[in-house]
Amino acid sequence: MTCREVVELMTDYLEGALSAEYRAKFEDHIAGCDGCRAYLSQLRTTRMVVGKLADEPIPANIEAELMKAFQDWSLAGQV
Amino acid sequence: MVEGGERRARSPITSALTSRLSLAGVGESRDEAELAALKAGDEAAFSALIKRHHGPMLRLAMAYVRDPAAAEDVVQETWLTCLRNLDRFEGRSTLKTWIFGIAMNLARSRRRKEARVLPFASLFRRDDSDRAGATVDGSRFGADGMWATRPDSWRSLPEERVLSSETLQRVKRAIEALPVKQREVITLRDVAGFDAGEVCAFLSISPENQRVRLHRARAAVRKMLEGYLR
Repeated sequence: MTCREVVELMTDYLEGALSAEYRAKFEDHIAGCDGCRAYLSQLRTTRMVVGKLADEPIPANIEAELMKAFQDWSLAGQV
Repeated sequence: MVEGGERRARSPITSALTSRLSLAGVGESRDEAELAALKAGDEAAFSALIKRHHGPMLRLAMAYVRDPAAAEDVVQETWLTCLRNLDRFEGRSTLKTWIFGIAMNLARSRRRKEARVLPFASLFRRDDSDRAGATVDGSRFGADGMWATRPDSWRSLPEERVLSSETLQRVKRAIEALPVKQREVITLRDVAGFDAGEVCAFLSISPENQRVRLHRARAAVRKMLEGYLR
């Protein structure tokens, strides 16, 4: 396998979607290729950094409005 | 085996089994406790719920709606819809899946309304997200298909650089620049934390299309980061 081919299989690899044969070839290549190991590591870092977007805090005004709606809902049964 | 213990690289059978187990076990009892608390008017439970899901839900809304204020409206409307319909939640999915399904429906209908006022051309922008093409510039490889310009290792970069607010802003913009088919997949998978099967069900797409879209989306964000973190 060439590096050009290996980079396009990386998501399938991370998803566990490669056949046993392709997985073995992929891992063989990766074991001997610093560039592809770096690329795979970059993809994992990318996934982790994208995941950090989840940490965006709720703005205080939205939180206050929603808490008020929840109080109305639990007291009066409607919002 | 180079990268040992890759959590996501389990066989499909094992991961399907695990997600079913977690649905029937931990997830379900947590949902039941949370539902009971909400129905009892427990404000701390509702506060925890909206805080936990705010970031992912806002990003999901932004995957469909361009205007941040409109996306915030979608988030608020989602919670109101959830409260109005909580009695009808039957636990056939997890609470999180149910909530995000509502958010997605509201965001998509908002998008359709916005589309009516958008210029004609932008509605029919070509989206070839399902085509499995090269995601790395061909000039990076030699004639033999091996790296000519290798990617750098990011391991020596300080974490405060990789996770700086500037980096996160750029990642947001890179995702917003993707075609919608890739934007929704990377947001559901990597921001909201749904698994592949859940995303296929949400979007009614095949496992292959889910992977191709995810691959292209992550590759595009990686490429942006490579330029920025150099």
